[in-house]
Amino acid sequence: MRGRLKGCFLLGLMVLLTVSGFFFTPYPPNEMDIPGRLEAPSSRHWLGTDNYGRDIFSRIIIGGRPALAAGAFAVCIGLTLGTLWGAAAGYYRGWLEEVLMRMADGLYSLPSVLMALLAVTLLGPGQASILVAVSLANIPIFARLTRSLFLSLREREFILAARAMGSTNRRIIFRHILPNCLSTLLVQASTSFAAAILAEASLSYLGLGTQPPAASWGRMLKEAQSFAGLAPWAAIFPGLAIALTVLGFNRLGDNLGDRLGVKKE
Amino acid sequence: MYWLKKLGAMLATLLLVSALTFTALYFLPGDPALLILGTEAEPGELALVRAQLGLDKPMAVQYWHWLSGVLRGDFGRSLTFSRGYSVARLVVSALPVTIPLAAAAIFFSLLLAIPLGALAASRPGGRLDSLVLTLSQTGLSIPAFWLGILAIQFIAVELGWLPPGGMPKWRADPGGAALSLLLPALVLALPRGAILTRIVRAAMQEALGQDYIRTARGKGLSEWTVISRHALKNALVTVSTVAGIQLIQLLAGALVVEQVFSLPGLGRLILSAVLLRDLPLVQGGIFAGAALIMALNFLLDSTYPLIDPRIRGVA
Repeated sequence: MRGRLKGCFLLGLMVLLTVSGFFFTPYPPNEMDIPGRLEAPSSRHWLGTDNYGRDIFSRIIIGGRPALAAGAFAVCIGLTLGTLWGAAAGYYRGWLEEVLMRMADGLYSLPSVLMALLAVTLLGPGQASILVAVSLANIPIFARLTRSLFLSLREREFILAARAMGSTNRRIIFRHILPNCLSTLLVQASTSFAAAILAEASLSYLGLGTQPPAASWGRMLKEAQSFAGLAPWAAIFPGLAIALTVLGFNRLGDNLGDRLGVKKE
Repeated sequence: MYWLKKLGAMLATLLLVSALTFTALYFLPGDPALLILGTEAEPGELALVRAQLGLDKPMAVQYWHWLSGVLRGDFGRSLTFSRGYSVARLVVSALPVTIPLAAAAIFFSLLLAIPLGALAASRPGGRLDSLVLTLSQTGLSIPAFWLGILAIQFIAVELGWLPPGGMPKWRADPGGAALSLLLPALVLALPRGAILTRIVRAAMQEALGQDYIRTARGKGLSEWTVISRHALKNALVTVSTVAGIQLIQLLAGALVVEQVFSLPGLGRLILSAVLLRDLPLVQGGIFAGAALIMALNFLLDSTYPLIDPRIRGVA
């Protein structure tokens, strides 16, 4: 019970912090203060300052945006398109399934890092490329999951009954089968959200995502690596922000899975 | 039959991936000829270079040209690395970094996951079990590259136990090369090991609930024999079927960790190609990355029948 609360607490805290950044940050996140550079955490700068004297706490608040945006995009687009994709394959079967699933397998085998490198080549470095990459990477994940759920559900008696009563295919898919997939998809959604945050951070670390002077957790770590010896806090706190947020989403997924009785692979 | 079928599926997927990347890069704005000759070039010269590179042909012809080159081991030439370097050579020179790194990380993650997972499953709900669960949940939430940055700072720089990055050539200094891969491999192994621990634990729990375990206990075998010989063997079959995607993720993570530790591997190669817009190298590098992943997957798929004789006849 306590673990359950903790997971949601963490998540709530990080989301609240990020959202509050739209209204307020302790310091302007891009304001440089050269005399006050590389300051250790203190009552003035809670998490210290970086090599330009920028307040790390403020930058962490702002840096949550690209991370949460990546998660939201990955889940919204991956869930919507992937579910439709998998539902079509798992319900109609036949050559359609064969073609759709081959394509999904092809996409699936390109890990999001390679996908992102490709997206950056096409669109240039920036947040947009990352969003495209994490969204694309999640479509086959949801497609494969939905298909496997459909394959077993479509043979069940209540579907047979619905069909016998003259329900259209569309009605069977959206009203009868899909609602039964919801809990499993929800658990996957929170896992995907966590994975997308990690992917965004890695890609920003590689310099492919958020561009300076804007802040993102991965980007902050990339910059901090060069002066980690002088200011270890600059290399510690952004990573902690990533880990805590991801932990929150993973816990949420586990708790949802336990509560809804979803068997996870 | 089983292997042939898997091999066929792998080649088909690889073909699809290559067509996908090729199509994507084909529609990219920008002119490689302009990149080679510079903006001062005469239109006539540009046309000549375009014709040399085959850029004036339709897309399908260009793709065929590229694909038939690949079949002969010719991936084209890099546009940015000192002219004349073939993409194949650059990619091949990166593999002795990436493959040992990934292999070592896989080894370490299994070394972590199998004993911990088995131990946790042997007393479900116990103190050790909940400790392992908490640790693995935390471990899988930590980004490997962050762990890498911290490891370089605290283990390599301050304690000086291991090299902080870079890597000597294998031929010049094999010991040093192996040593410089140790820290990156450990960093890479930790998050994956955390996930694998959960997988091993779940599989072990299922295996320990089976009738044959009761039989084994009933005939008076020691708990150690029951767990290691009867349960673990069966659990590993389940583990090997779901571990594939984790290993793919590990390989993807390797590409990032190479950057953290400045290792001259495939990830760094593709990254620099992307940032310099060296399209032949991007295409070849991504193809090699995908091929590596497929090969790993194939290797894993082909071990199932070895572990589990029941699969040999089917599939």
